[in-house]
Order: sequence, then structure tokens, then C-alpha cells
Amino acid sequence: MNDSTQNAGLDTREQVEAPDASAVTCSESTVEIVSDAGEGAQKCGQIFATVSARTGNGVWTVEIIPAEIQPPPRTPGSASGVRIRLGSERVSNWGDAAQLVIAFNEQVLLSRHRLGALAEDATILIEDLWATHKDEAVRRAWADAMDEMGGRSYRFIQVPYEGACKAVMDNPRRGKNMFALGLLARIYGLDLELVREQIAHKFRRKSQEVYERNVQLMELGVSWAGAQLDLRIDVPAPPPEQAMVVMNGNQALAMGAIASGMELCSMYPITPATSVSHHLGEIFTRFGGIVHQAEDEIAAVGVAIGASYTGKVAFTVTSGPGLALKSESLALAVMTETPLVVVDVQRGGPSTGLPTKVEQSDLLAALFGQPGDAPKVVLAPSTIEECFHCMITARRIAEELRCVVIVLSDANLATGVQPFPRPGLDARWHAPPPDLTPVPEGARAYDWDERSGLSARILPGQPGGMHTTTGLAHDESSKVNYAPHVNQRGCAMRSRKLALLQRTLEPPTPHGAESGELLVVGWGSTRGAIEEAVDRARSRGLAVAALNLTFLSPLEPDLKQIFGRFRRVMTVEINYSDDPGADFITWENRRRGQLCWLLRAQLALDIDCWTQVPGEPLRPRAIVGAIESKLADGETP
Amino acid sequence: MSESPCSLLGCGQDDERRLEMEDYESGLPRWCSGCGDHAVLGAVERLLVSEQLPRERTVFVSGIGCSGRFPHYVNTYGFHGIHGRALPIATGVKLGRSDLNVFAVMGDGDCCSIGAGHWIHAIRYNVDMVALLLDNNVYGLTKNQTSPTTPQGWKTNTQPEGSYLPPLNPLSATLGVTNASFVAQSCDWVPGHLYQTLRAAQRHRGFSFVRVLQRCPVFTPAIFDSAARKPAETQLLVHERGVRDPEVESIYTNQVLHDPSDLGQARRLAEESGVVRIGLFYCDPSLPQYDKTRHVPHRTTDEKLALLESELDRYVA
Repeated sequence: MNDSTQNAGLDTREQVEAPDASAVTCSESTVEIVSDAGEGAQKCGQIFATVSARTGNGVWTVEIIPAEIQPPPRTPGSASGVRIRLGSERVSNWGDAAQLVIAFNEQVLLSRHRLGALAEDATILIEDLWATHKDEAVRRAWADAMDEMGGRSYRFIQVPYEGACKAVMDNPRRGKNMFALGLLARIYGLDLELVREQIAHKFRRKSQEVYERNVQLMELGVSWAGAQLDLRIDVPAPPPEQAMVVMNGNQALAMGAIASGMELCSMYPITPATSVSHHLGEIFTRFGGIVHQAEDEIAAVGVAIGASYTGKVAFTVTSGPGLALKSESLALAVMTETPLVVVDVQRGGPSTGLPTKVEQSDLLAALFGQPGDAPKVVLAPSTIEECFHCMITARRIAEELRCVVIVLSDANLATGVQPFPRPGLDARWHAPPPDLTPVPEGARAYDWDERSGLSARILPGQPGGMHTTTGLAHDESSKVNYAPHVNQRGCAMRSRKLALLQRTLEPPTPHGAESGELLVVGWGSTRGAIEEAVDRARSRGLAVAALNLTFLSPLEPDLKQIFGRFRRVMTVEINYSDDPGADFITWENRRRGQLCWLLRAQLALDIDCWTQVPGEPLRPRAIVGAIESKLADGETP
Repeated sequence: MSESPCSLLGCGQDDERRLEMEDYESGLPRWCSGCGDHAVLGAVERLLVSEQLPRERTVFVSGIGCSGRFPHYVNTYGFHGIHGRALPIATGVKLGRSDLNVFAVMGDGDCCSIGAGHWIHAIRYNVDMVALLLDNNVYGLTKNQTSPTTPQGWKTNTQPEGSYLPPLNPLSATLGVTNASFVAQSCDWVPGHLYQTLRAAQRHRGFSFVRVLQRCPVFTPAIFDSAARKPAETQLLVHERGVRDPEVESIYTNQVLHDPSDLGQARRLAEESGVVRIGLFYCDPSLPQYDKTRHVPHRTTDEKLALLESELDRYVA
């Protein structure tokens, strides 16, 4: 249909000889599918991503989520969809800009254009209804949007999404996502048997007829693309060396929870954490576990604490506003040394903030959210795979240290899909069954080991161990005691456990180099984008490295030595910090990123930060820019 | 949740010998002399003895306030939590271990004010436990503030001109919640009735809500004086399926025959009137219990791992 689609804005830097005249081979490709809310773009993208991952491609997906349930259609605010970045190798982040776009109307496309999400020369497969629509207002909106986007070299290809679907659907709006999947299957040369398998999985709760209709629509897309599109993209993938699984971060948290031996998930619905309970709820009963949806966030954590107190392995899952509500209860768990895992899938704040969008703004709340000294363990997964494994780590630490462990995930990980090696399950990941044997003579509820603060739990049901657990200051026997030395000692014992834990941690390893001009430090889901940015900067000759911190409390060991090998250290985070060049902002009054704040306080080093709160994952290109300007800045640090 | 792990391990057996009152006592209660909490503690200890509840398999959960200290004075397991949250914690305890006998002890601030949301939902969950509302119509521990059950016009430090609102009626509130299964009221001045009420509550399978009218000797010392001194002002709800105590019935002759399965009449009797009504207002043992509904079979680690392998198959790339 269009000869020039051969160089359709794809990353062809590593282009090799194409297998046929029209196929472009590249090491990676980023595609976005954008639609009005409710048109199924995400389902299309999820199937595309899963099938690509199954055939060995590296994949990272990010959902584009409108803030409203049913925003007015054909408006920029209605944009709903998904970005999928494919690679020949492992993909760790969503990249910079999409080179191929499937857009069901020009208004949702416009929103992506305005956010700078599209490559300068992106190829856009756009619905052909609107340019010649019978409603003049629609035609005018189309023309205005085309004007606005006119400055770019986008290549538009008109596609009759709804027109083609009419052959199968009474309401073609509802079928075009599968038609679009067919286009992608053809363009990227997907194995259609795997595509059908995924369609069957997605519609497993629907009738056979629904499945067949969706397959028919997909196949219609495949043949339309075969006949009409001279656009083939090949992202070669070596067959994976080991068995892989593909899931999103919230699925990985749910699976990890089961793998860790969790028995009770007590929660209250909150975006973007809720789907952890959906994934669990579907299967947990078969594992002898339950998802308890409590009446509110406070009750959710209360039930988890009550169950954990009896020896059940319990956790709660929430997001920022819920973490705030749970605060007093978390202090109770700290004070009573009741093991508890709290998963916080962070979103934008403060207050209701950006409920569906990513931010890393709960770090300090997790660390210091409780009035009074309430030492807790805080750790942050940085990949989908870590979402799985961190639950096992968190459960073990919570039980062995009798402490609260907060797992900080975020909206980017929650819905991001990435393949990772299939975990080799291990019975040792599970907690041993509760010990209900009679307690030894003289055993006390808090027989603190003076050096480590550790003590053995006594559980209800153990004869001879009767005592009252209390949130009041207490002595070793759990007797209420306000004496100065007793309170001092209790605080010391609860705190010392963190120092003990730190002694068991390995020092982190920088990515890129052991020393240099600049170390970029990050935590959580930004890891992939930061490391990619550092790789790009290093390929341009810049002496920069990246360091990801999994443990935020306690901090991993040897940070001061590692930081000392770099002339400057800068954190990169998705949370707010003052622009140092803004009016009134000085070195002294500048409010810095949360990890930056923490590292400065803990290490007494003048660490800088570059942070943003765009409500979307950071793009490697933007981080490269921050690295370059930091290095260009003559001042130290 | 799994059944009691005790049965799996063959341990956690009850004491062989009969337990006496002193076996259930722990420490010297530090409530003011004349506090209604002493009466409740006495009735509870009598109940523990008469039912021979195993100490290691009984848990008292409390919130904050004078009543919050209750678990410290009973030689069982106890969890003295935070203000208003006794019910979620107690719910967790029962969901965690169905073999435990669970009591939640709350004051009127705990249950009817800061924890009111949990109260409504705990009634609806109908998890098997005894919930005691020790209602002295005032915040005592924090020195005389208005509570939701403080009588209108009653002067406190926070409302020195007198409480502005009519008091909340905990019985009506409880009886208004779907799935309420056991609602009773007793008082600190009729200990025999209090004991019999607790006994009925403990034997009921489900959420047994017992409001205990009691005085605070410092801030509401005479609030129930009239009813306590004149038996005619305390009206007994009597029925063969209700709370029975012949001795009490011989003294308190102002009686009303009330079938505890009659929810309509229970609601009418719960309304404010000139007399204090004590007895079993409502009981329906057939209502669904959340802890039973959510019961799941125990799975061994090996079973779980095998199941998880097949779940992971769904995600295989």
C-alpha cells in the first residue's frame, strides 16, 4: 500500500539484511495501541506481549490508563491502551518513543503525541472512519488534530478497523481490538496457534462462540494486513535457554505470596494494588488460603495482625492512601513484634493524587509513617521477577525477625508484563507449621537476645505461655512497664533487629563501572530505565554507573565506600524534588527526592537528585539528559 | 484457613485437672474501686471456670480505655491492641485459628465511636466470638469526655454545657444490622444475670454482642443508681430460650415475656423507655458465620507446591 513503510520510523540502527524485501529486522521495536476507554486495546496488547515473550522476545509493557471509568469517547482524556516494547534481548523498561501505533481515533492519538510518546517518524495505523465522517464536527476535529501533529513526520496508514469488523460483529466497536491483534500478528510474524491459545485464555470464562468470534476477527486482521500492508517487522529472538514465565507485577506478587506460604491476604480495594487480590482470589482457596476483603484499610491490617498473632502467615496489600490509614496498626505490629508483610503498590500522591499512575513517593512514609520510633524493614522489587521473589524474602524476614516488612512496588510494575525464568519452587520458602508445644519453664514473651534483639514467639495454643500482648511499653514478660530503662531497652531491641539484618545483606554492585564521575542511584521500577540510560551514556564515553538499592531499611552495607569511588552521586526517582534553579530554592531549603533525602541523612554525603512526577515511567532518554547536564555542571557534587 | 494445628501436632492439650478461679486470675486489677469492670471480670472468671475453657486456647482482645486493660487480668492469652480496633484483630484471631475461644472487650468509645465502622461489619460477619461492650456512658481513662452513649445534657470536660445530642442506642444499632445473631444486655448491678448472659453468649455460635450497663465510679457514679436501687426499674426479658436465672427472676419481678427469635419485638424493646431492660433481645443460631463460610481445607506444603507448579504452567513462555 505504501512503499515508504519500509523505513517506517523503526529503529534500524542494527538492521541486518532483511529476509525478504519488505521485512525490517531490528533488535527492538516499540508499539502502542491506543483506543477510547472500553475498546479493548489492553487485551489486544496483553495477548501480543505474551505471545512475543513466549517465542523468546524480551518484553516490557506499560498500560495507558484513563483516570475515569467512561470518559467521553474521542477525547484526548479517553486514551486507554498499552505500550509494548519488544527486544531481541531482555527488555527492562518501556523505552522512549513508540515507532508503531495502532490508534482507533485521532483524539487518543493526539494525547500520546502531546505527551511526546511517539517517535518523530512513527508509523500510525489509524482508523479510516473519521476523516470522511458524516458529522462535520468529527471531520473538523480530525482536521485540527492532523494540523496539530503536522509538524512531525508521522506516516499515517488508514485502516478500516470498524469497517472490516462489520462482517463479523453487529457492533464493530467491540471487535476491532482483535482485528488489530491480527494486524500485529501479521506485521510481527507471530505464531497464530499461540495467539489463538492466548485468546482462549483471555476469554476462558466466556462461551466457545465468543472465543470463535474473536479468533475470526483476529484472522480477519491477519489477512487484511497480508493483502494491504507492506509492513513487516522482525525482532529476532533466540530460543530461550531456560523455561520462562510471563506475567505482570501484581500477578507475580500474588504468585510469590503463595510460593512464600502465605495463608491470608487481608485487603481493602485500592488502585493499583487491588488486582493482587484478584489474581489470588481466583486460586487461593485451593491452596488453603483466603482473601479477606475487609470493611476498610484499618480493618484489613487489623485482621492480618490478628491472624499473624495466632501463627497464620498473613499479609495485607494496599497503596499510598491505604498505607496512611494503616499507620497506627503498623506501629502496633512493630511494638508487639507481630510478623507482618505489607505490600504497597505505590501510585501518585498526595491524597487521591494519580490513582492509576506510577510514583515512588511512599518511601519516607513507609520508613517514618508512624509517630514514635517504629523500625521496619522496607524493600523494593525492581523487576517483575523480583515482585515474585521479594514476597519470599519479605515473609522470611517478617517471621524470623518478628517484624513488619513493607514491600514497595508501584503502578509501573503492577501492570507491566515481563518474562522471567520460571522459579524453581522450594519447600523451604514456606514457614514451618506453628509450634504449639508447651513453652519451656521460664520462657517469656520477649526473651530478647541482647545483641540482636531477636526473641522466640509464643503463640496462643501453647500451654504455659499465657500472657497479654500489648501496644503499651512492656518488659520481657509483656508486662506493661513505663520505667525509663524498660522503654529504652524495648526500643533498642526492636531497632537492633535491623542492624542484625543489615549484617546479612550483600553490598550492592554498581552497573556499568566500579568507579567514575557519576553514580546514578535508584530504587524500584526505575532500575531498567536508569541502567539503559547509563549504558547509553557510557557508549558516548561518559564515566557513569548505576546502582539499584533493593533494601531501603536497613540500607545495604558499604554504600559509603561505593559512593566514595565516584566524584558525584545522584539519585533518579519518580517523586517530587525542588528544581534547584527555581526562585527561593537554595542548597539549604531544597526539598529533595526521597531516597536522596534518606541517603544524605544516613551517610552524611552531599548527594544530589534528579526526580520527576510525570505520572508515567521515566524514559531512558530523559535520564541520559539528566546525566549529561549533571556532568556538564561544573560544581561538585 | 486450616483447622487447629494442634490436632496435627498432637499437642496443645488442655490441662487435665479442673481449673479453679485462681487459675484464671492474673495480677491485681488496677481499676478504681467500684468500677463496673470488676463486676464484668468476676462474671467472666466465673464463666471460664464453669465452662472450663482451656487457658491456652482462649484469647481476650481489647482496645483502649479502662476496658482495654481487661486481658491483663485474665490468665489466658490476650491482645491489648489499639483504640477502636479490637474487632478486626479478634476477627483475624478467629479466622487464623478456629480452635481458639475469642472474646473482644470494648468500651463505649472503642465500640460505638472510633471503632463504630468495625462494629457494624463485625455484626454482619457473624464470626464466632463474644463481644463485650462495657458501657459506662463516658470516657473515663482520659478523664471525663462525652461518649456516643452519654445522656443528652450530661456535662463533661469536652461538653461542659452538657452533651448536645441524644445518646446512640447500641442495642438498636446492633439489631438493625443484617445478620445480627445474638444481642443481649446486662448490667453490673445484677451479677447473676450478667454471668448467665455471658454463658449464653459464649455458647452461641456466631457473633454474640453483649452490652453491659455499668457505672464509672468517678465520672458517672450515679448514672444507673435509680435502676440499681429499685428493682422495679430494671425490667427482665424472660423466655425459656432466653437468659434464665431463677434467683434473679425472684428479685426482679418487673418482667416481660420476650421470644428472642422475635426480631420486631426485640427492636421495640430496645427503644429507650423509662426502665432498663436486660436479657436476651435476639438470637438466631442459623445465620451464616463468616468464619465457617470462609473455612478452607488445610494443604500441606507439598500439595501447595504441586498446585503452584500447575498454576505457573499457565504463565509459561
